Amino acid sequence: MAAALETQELCKSFGALTVAHNIDFRLQAGDRHALIGPNGAGKTTFVNMLMGAVAPSSGRILLGGEDVTAVRQAARVKRGLGRTFQINTLFAQLPVLDNVALGIAERRAVAPRMWRPASSHREIRDECLELLATLGLADDAAVRSADLPYGKQRLVEIAIALGLRPKVLLLDEPAAGVPSAETDRILQILEKLPSEIAILIIEHDMDLVFRFARRITVLVQGEVLVEGPPDEIARDVRVHQVYLGESHHA
Amino acid sequence: MTHAGGYSADPRIRWPEYLPWIAALAAFFLLPEYLSLGARILIFILFALSLDLILGYAGIITLGHSAFFGLGAYVAGILSAKLGVTDPFVQLAAAAAAAGVLGVVTGAVILRTRALTLLMLTLAITSIVLEIANKASWLTGGADGLSGVQTAPILGLFKFDLFGKTAFLYCLAVLFLGWWLVRRLIYSPFGAMLTGLRENTTRMHAIGAPVYRRLVGVYTISAVMAGVAGGLLCQTNQFVGLNVLGFEPSGELLVMLILGGVGRIYGAFVGPVVYLIAQDLLAKQFPEYWYFGIGSILVLVVLFAPGGILGLIEKWLPLSRLKSSARASAR
Repeated sequence: MAAALETQELCKSFGALTVAHNIDFRLQAGDRHALIGPNGAGKTTFVNMLMGAVAPSSGRILLGGEDVTAVRQAARVKRGLGRTFQINTLFAQLPVLDNVALGIAERRAVAPRMWRPASSHREIRDECLELLATLGLADDAAVRSADLPYGKQRLVEIAIALGLRPKVLLLDEPAAGVPSAETDRILQILEKLPSEIAILIIEHDMDLVFRFARRITVLVQGEVLVEGPPDEIARDVRVHQVYLGESHHA
Repeated sequence: MTHAGGYSADPRIRWPEYLPWIAALAAFFLLPEYLSLGARILIFILFALSLDLILGYAGIITLGHSAFFGLGAYVAGILSAKLGVTDPFVQLAAAAAAAGVLGVVTGAVILRTRALTLLMLTLAITSIVLEIANKASWLTGGADGLSGVQTAPILGLFKFDLFGKTAFLYCLAVLFLGWWLVRRLIYSPFGAMLTGLRENTTRMHAIGAPVYRRLVGVYTISAVMAGVAGGLLCQTNQFVGLNVLGFEPSGELLVMLILGGVGRIYGAFVGPVVYLIAQDLLAKQFPEYWYFGIGSILVLVVLFAPGGILGLIEKWLPLSRLKSSARASAR
């Protein structure tokens, strides 16, 4: 069975700086996979390449077994790839409902329509409200996303991505900047996501990573250092040396 | 009042939206000696509306919108003066089509860029069109302008008169149609998508929107509208001069829209009214210094009313509550 997402010898260089070197990576349907690594390891660039926002220098990206290396970002999204951003990338001046609705409208191919009022598309509004309710954001539907507390903005990030009904979801530091008390809420939400979605999470919060992921890849200076289940990664001496320091995850 | 459209917006027409049309009809009956100026204002409202669509809603910055306005004016004029086509609707349709073609061709090239590069490219395009109009004097009349433009009576019934009555009502009717289409567009899913483009193109890419194609699409729609406005100017003036092209009319249009308020539909109504009336009055009183007056108004608006005159009105009057309550009722 073809992997939900796969990269083969993926490379990216910016001049003399290599940020991805021969990355072979596989994500199966339903996987809960974490990508960790120190700052500057190339994690976000890797996600950007997967999405099509950054073109790789060489190598291949396969989505559901199909080569999408040369496919545009919009077409990859239509084929089931969704993402969140490390830094909130919302429609700041729009209500939360519209933030989510824009994505759902794209998925349902309603967005190019010019005649009927947007608000008359009840199916989109209903789907938005249902999705927002599952994330505990139902009461914030009419609030401008810029006016939401930071933690809720992170949830809107996730809501927008989920509105696309992705087969593969790339979460770029979903808990970045969120107080530890709210990290649990994000984890609970991630754990409730449909089991068939393949999820790749990039995160610095090791507690969240080790609680959520069933497999971890460690990226260092653009290369895969090691990949395995959390307990193996926690025991790996190389990981301790380059990333976790000398402390051992409990 | 802000007209943001979107999935939580109520598309019903609110009472303040009737005011421009009531004012226009009142002006027709009460100010018969100003109907020529009135027709010019209506044309610039349509022109400003086309700019608001791309600048205020889609976030496309431009200093070259006069390229479409001027091309529309010249196409309508050339049809009449050189080819003898005097039907007003054929002239307008040709003006719209020509501007649309220019919009899609130039948009396809320049909308791959953004910010300052885009601004400079739009300016370059209108400068090129200006220079073509200047050099092709056998067709356009060059610096002397294109004269001999004739327009047949509208629907074979209403002849363009000296006092501008027909011109005013004709422009009002075309503007009404343009406004209705723009309003419909803004409240549609396409309009909601435009605000998404303005707010965050990175996110639009990430939700699967073909950003470039959509930008070219709305740019072309806007070009068509500007072309129609140019065609109207030609028909009502029965003359086309080089002053419809280049930086100056584009810059003036931008000033009008900023004065009125960007991204509000009705900012495009208020701006040209204030600008052109101020221009008319100031030019009579201070023929050499009238730009100083316009400049002062612009500085005041930018400093104290960044949302334009409409933004200021919205701040003073609780009109925005109408929108909030409409949104609440739409939920």
